[in-house]
Amino acid sequence: MSRHDHLLELAPEHVEAPAIDLASVPEVSEAEVRAIREELATVHGPAFWRKLEQLADTAPFRAFLTRWFPSQLPRLGTALGRRDFLRSMGASLAVAGLGACTRQPDERIVPFAKSPEALIPGKPRYFATSLCTGSDVIGVLVESHMGRPTKIEGNPDHPASLGATDGLAQAAVLGLYDPDRSHSILRAGQISTWDAFLTELSSRLDGMEATRGEGLAILATDSTSPTQRAQLAALVARFPSMAIHHWSPVHRDHSRAGAQSVFGRDVEPRYAFDKARVVVSLDAEFLAAGSGGVRYARNFAAARKARSVGGNATPMNRLYAVESSVTLTGSMADHRLAVKPSLVEAFTRVLAHRLGVSVDAPEVGDELRVLADEVARDLRDNAGAGLVVAGEWQTPAVHALTHRINDALRNVGKTVDYIESVTARETSDAESISVLVDDIRNTRVTTLLMLGGNPVYDAPANLEFDAALRTVPFRVHLSSHVDETSRLCHWHIPEAHALESWSDARAFDGTASIVQPLIAPLYGGKSAHELLAVVDGDTSAKAHDLVRAHWKRALALDDDAFERAWETALHDGIIAGTTSDALTLAPGAGKLGAYVARTGLEVVLRPDASAFDGRFVNNGWLQETPRPLTRLTWENAALVSPATAKAEGLDSGDVVEVRAGERRVEAPVWITPGHADDAVTLHLGYGRTSAGQLGSNVGFDAYRLRTVDAAWSVDGASLSRTGRTAALANVQDHSNMEGREPVRVTTFDRFRVDPHETNAHDHDVSDLSMYPDHPYNGYAWGMVIDLNACIGCNACMVACQSENNIPIVGKEEVARGRELHWIRIDRYYDEHPAGTRALHQPVPCMHCENAPCEVVCPVGATTHSDEGLNEMVYNRCVGTRYCSNNCPYKVRRFNFFKYSDYETESLKLANNPDVTVRARGVMEKCTYCVQRINQVRITAKKEERVIADGEVTSACMQACPTQAIVFGDINDASSRVSADRAQPHHYGLLEELGTRPRTTYLAKLTNPNPRLETN
Amino acid sequence: MQQAAGNPRDLGPSVIGPGHDLGSVTDKITSIVLKRETPRGWWIGLGVCLSLAGVLLIAIVKLLADGVGVWGLNVPVGWGFAIINFVWWIGIGHAGTLISAILLLFRQEWRTSINRFAEAMTIFAVMCAGIFPLLHVGRPWLAYWLLPYPNTMALWPQFRSPLLWDVFAVSTYATVSLLFWYIGLIPDFATLRDRAKSKPFKVAYGMLALGWRGAARHWERYETAYLLLAGLATPLVVSVHTVVSFDFAVGIIPGWHATIMPPYFVAGAIYSGFAMVMTLAIPLRAVFGLKDFITMRHLQNMAKIILATDLIVAYGYAMEAFFAWYSGNKYESGMMWGRMVGPYWWAYWSLMLCNVAIPQLLWFKRVRSNVLVLFIICLIVNVGMWLERFVIVVTSLSRDFLPSSWDMYAGTKWDWMLYIGTIGLFGTLVFLFIRFLPMISIFEMRTLVPKSEAGTEASGFEEVE
Repeated sequence: MSRHDHLLELAPEHVEAPAIDLASVPEVSEAEVRAIREELATVHGPAFWRKLEQLADTAPFRAFLTRWFPSQLPRLGTALGRRDFLRSMGASLAVAGLGACTRQPDERIVPFAKSPEALIPGKPRYFATSLCTGSDVIGVLVESHMGRPTKIEGNPDHPASLGATDGLAQAAVLGLYDPDRSHSILRAGQISTWDAFLTELSSRLDGMEATRGEGLAILATDSTSPTQRAQLAALVARFPSMAIHHWSPVHRDHSRAGAQSVFGRDVEPRYAFDKARVVVSLDAEFLAAGSGGVRYARNFAAARKARSVGGNATPMNRLYAVESSVTLTGSMADHRLAVKPSLVEAFTRVLAHRLGVSVDAPEVGDELRVLADEVARDLRDNAGAGLVVAGEWQTPAVHALTHRINDALRNVGKTVDYIESVTARETSDAESISVLVDDIRNTRVTTLLMLGGNPVYDAPANLEFDAALRTVPFRVHLSSHVDETSRLCHWHIPEAHALESWSDARAFDGTASIVQPLIAPLYGGKSAHELLAVVDGDTSAKAHDLVRAHWKRALALDDDAFERAWETALHDGIIAGTTSDALTLAPGAGKLGAYVARTGLEVVLRPDASAFDGRFVNNGWLQETPRPLTRLTWENAALVSPATAKAEGLDSGDVVEVRAGERRVEAPVWITPGHADDAVTLHLGYGRTSAGQLGSNVGFDAYRLRTVDAAWSVDGASLSRTGRTAALANVQDHSNMEGREPVRVTTFDRFRVDPHETNAHDHDVSDLSMYPDHPYNGYAWGMVIDLNACIGCNACMVACQSENNIPIVGKEEVARGRELHWIRIDRYYDEHPAGTRALHQPVPCMHCENAPCEVVCPVGATTHSDEGLNEMVYNRCVGTRYCSNNCPYKVRRFNFFKYSDYETESLKLANNPDVTVRARGVMEKCTYCVQRINQVRITAKKEERVIADGEVTSACMQACPTQAIVFGDINDASSRVSADRAQPHHYGLLEELGTRPRTTYLAKLTNPNPRLETN
Repeated sequence: MQQAAGNPRDLGPSVIGPGHDLGSVTDKITSIVLKRETPRGWWIGLGVCLSLAGVLLIAIVKLLADGVGVWGLNVPVGWGFAIINFVWWIGIGHAGTLISAILLLFRQEWRTSINRFAEAMTIFAVMCAGIFPLLHVGRPWLAYWLLPYPNTMALWPQFRSPLLWDVFAVSTYATVSLLFWYIGLIPDFATLRDRAKSKPFKVAYGMLALGWRGAARHWERYETAYLLLAGLATPLVVSVHTVVSFDFAVGIIPGWHATIMPPYFVAGAIYSGFAMVMTLAIPLRAVFGLKDFITMRHLQNMAKIILATDLIVAYGYAMEAFFAWYSGNKYESGMMWGRMVGPYWWAYWSLMLCNVAIPQLLWFKRVRSNVLVLFIICLIVNVGMWLERFVIVVTSLSRDFLPSSWDMYAGTKWDWMLYIGTIGLFGTLVFLFIRFLPMISIFEMRTLVPKSEAGTEASGFEEVE
């Protein structure tokens, strides 16, 4: 038997489950196989290879190969181990290299004989740009090392950032270097060229000139780009019969409908949380998802951070939350009531009724009624300084009532104003895509261009978009990945990442900013602007010129003035004078409809904190970041309350079938304290089949339950057990504080009377050490974390991961308790008279004065610096893990395997050159971003001055939307960190052990309504 | 345990069976080594143990290739099987030193027939123990950094770390134990050299005997050296496990940070060591017909020591629980409560059963006289002491101060393979030892002959043939 015989007899079951559709591969008959085998058997030696080439060209042989060895393709589609993942990432890059095996154009490589201005090797430079997650725009500064972006920081000048970011923005760097990004233009799955695409597209468009664009349709997403808006308008002018549709799964249809019904136009509220003393959240998540979340979190925290000044406490706001799922906003609430989605509207109606808005109040339970009474009283007492916020997921009626309540309380103009929506449009997203599908069904669409998005995956399930799409004669998809939609298109055009293309965007308050590239497109990606320009007949337009031309027109300045304005805009990251003016609106009654009480289980659909609508599911940093409150990683789950779980006989990990009508999805249960009863929360964005190595076939696809009419909640649902269980990877097993009070909580009223209550019982054990104190003659770095301001959003975790080259470890390793995050956010549940309360506590290294880790290291790999940092010397570490065992805070992290990626070329670019990439067998932990301290130190020394307060910012502090983290020199009595340490509610975690932590906390305060407390 | 001067029968069974003279003792013991026929059981036993040692090799290769991640460790449980097994093996070794050194100094003559293989057991156990701390580090190839050697980096180890103390304690212990064992073997090597028939054995034993001729000067120096080493080894019995216990006691973790650790560890070590000596002695005396040399008297004495040390250990457990309650420290009481009713309750209560309840049977003379029951109890004690270290290492770490970091630990198959592998290595060494070296000290046994019933006319040492 020859070697190839052996190969051919490999049984099919040795091959991994194929992800490709084998049905599409022609059947290979037994005879044909035999023929191939005989063919091969006849040849020997060198002839064999020539023969194989010939063979390989025949159709039966190719079909045979696909049938018998499909493992080569779908390997990437299945759930991979970390090792396989790394291996295939390397391999995919190698293959990518092959893809580029075209003749290179004649280019000369020229060294920097004379270096570009301001480029100093080893010195990072920062560029202002903006990042968009849907319509959420945030201005950022991007750190660039020798031309490669490595770190995202907030832009202090940008209104949506004020210097902070969210986790999604932080992870954009990994998104840029994602090895699974699309590397080439595809024509029906085969690599093609831009020129070939232009030829085919123009031949189609040529015919359309005559029909005024009949049959041409564009499906856009919720881009806020003014340039894109203008380009689309120009296209419509050229092709009046064409259709422009828009769809984004995390749309604002409900708030839009609510605003339409009250004001008659598409306006957006803009909140001033810093001016609100009483805030009522109606299923809103204004602290995290959605437009302006980072800015709103800052403002909200500003009104919440009570301090004791001269013996008096500064004021603190009060937050009521009525919500159907678990949110960060709810976790910050002083009074929180979790009810199923339909009851939020009932509550809103009752509340509106109490506040004099003409609406019928439905019958509600005692709990809701009492809360509504007290909230109404509190809002009335704080008229003009109150704020009611409705969540996007609530019905248009709730939005309409919210506008009217705010109006009735004279809050408008004080805590809320209205601007023209930055994504203002004629129709809702659901309507728009419904029309598109209808048009396709009626063969009114012959050419469909999709500017990003992934409608095959995320369009409302009842539209059956994929079936419709297959019937469009010519379909083009611009996308960063070869995703579910790309796979059904004739043409797939790789989309340039936001960090490699020009564009513009508008923030929640209307402020426009330029999106500028930090790096040339890694894989020749195109932007939506360039694609639209091609449709408009300009095949050579560059996004830069298009954006510039747009603003030149829009700003209407002369050449010199525009040049200056343009450079200022690029430098500052905002275009001055573009912030929207508040509109003066008179609310009408609005069409509310009657309240329909719903019975039975309701499904709550929400975007995922990490995957969002599914676009970030292949981003390892985000996937490994524990979801707020559930602390789950890598996948989604069906969140149910303990009571519902008990009623249904479910335990965490049980796989259930969630059924709504004839739609169903299977999901593992995760019991979530504080969740509304009779409701189950499913997060969108998972269960994708073509997302990449990390994101494909992970979790379940909750979009399958989502229809045009039920976007965010589905009633009449049921759960049934499948009998199977799934292992979910969560990072925190134990949520009870066990009476140890790592998070200290008191109420604002008590704080006012006795500000020292939270640390009055601490004993001073600081002198109980055998070893002499370290002298600190220069700086002594310290950190204070204000638990009253921390909203648990995880931005610090992702920022730390990006800054410090922290590798991801994968789901299995997380499940084993081996995640590597240097800062974690512990979440405890506290049984409280008013229900289950979640408490967040960020825990980085404490940098103890008497560090238990330092004394036990046998090789002195962890040492104390003369500025009080507990330092880790990676190359001295032999890995005994004694330091980790002896750390009472368990902040040390160990490289049990070689977690760092040394192979994947694109991921190497994401590394911060100032931080060591750690090897296997080495301990690591928070360094207080020592590389940042040293950067600033060098600058200060050169300028012969001391480091000023606030000059050194750790990555976590920098990213924190609420400024809950303050870092600085505790030897400097005037520093902010010293001021916080002098606060009466300041305490050290486990200080009774005598560790004398440098990282300390301010106790959490709550501000409950005394009337509700006594009730 | 005091050996009275009068008729040994007054104290129960004798330390040497009846009817032995000097020649028969020598013949009996040397024949096990020099007999040409290797018993089939020896081959089978060695084969089984060698296979298990092969498992050890596989587990080590896997570990070095992939990293300590192949084990079940995580954060917070940074130490697992490796440290448990290390402490377990080190503890087992203690009986050997105790028997050789302390019982020698106290002139407990009954120790004579068991000291040789107890010492061998010590060395083999220390060898097994030594594997673990070396391999458990993240980068074993750099483990030599724990040694204070002059280097161009001008770096010393960090002397405050108990792990460093371990290095010194264990290496000293291994060195002294080896020397002690070897010195004790020299006269017997000479006997074997003289009795061996084949040339290679003659040469090998001859070299090992270092030219021993049994001259009075030899004996005089030998006695002095042996006594000196006994004096050196004596503090080691206490110090080694004390230092090992510092790994925990110096730590800050509830369940580790306790002053009771050193005495409790030393008692536990002797306890487990004697149990292991019995575990080996009982089958050996049966298989090789050594019931005359390892008599019921030996077994009963060892059983009494086990019972005595067990009571100390049990007192330690009781005090741990008492401190947890009496200190009013919420972390200590949380730890104790967690051990009793937490997720590892089964380990704690199995430990109580194995180490506190069952050994109480040794109060009964009938139990102490029943070889089979003794053997079973000793096996249970070995398991119990392993569980003790599991409880100390794992339950303390898995639930320390902050509930958010609590996590569970379970050994993986690679953990188990490494553990079972070292048992295989131990067994292999034991089998080689009993085949190639006299497992009972010949010359010391001969000193006991006058005390046996038949040997009243003989006295003192004789020149070796």
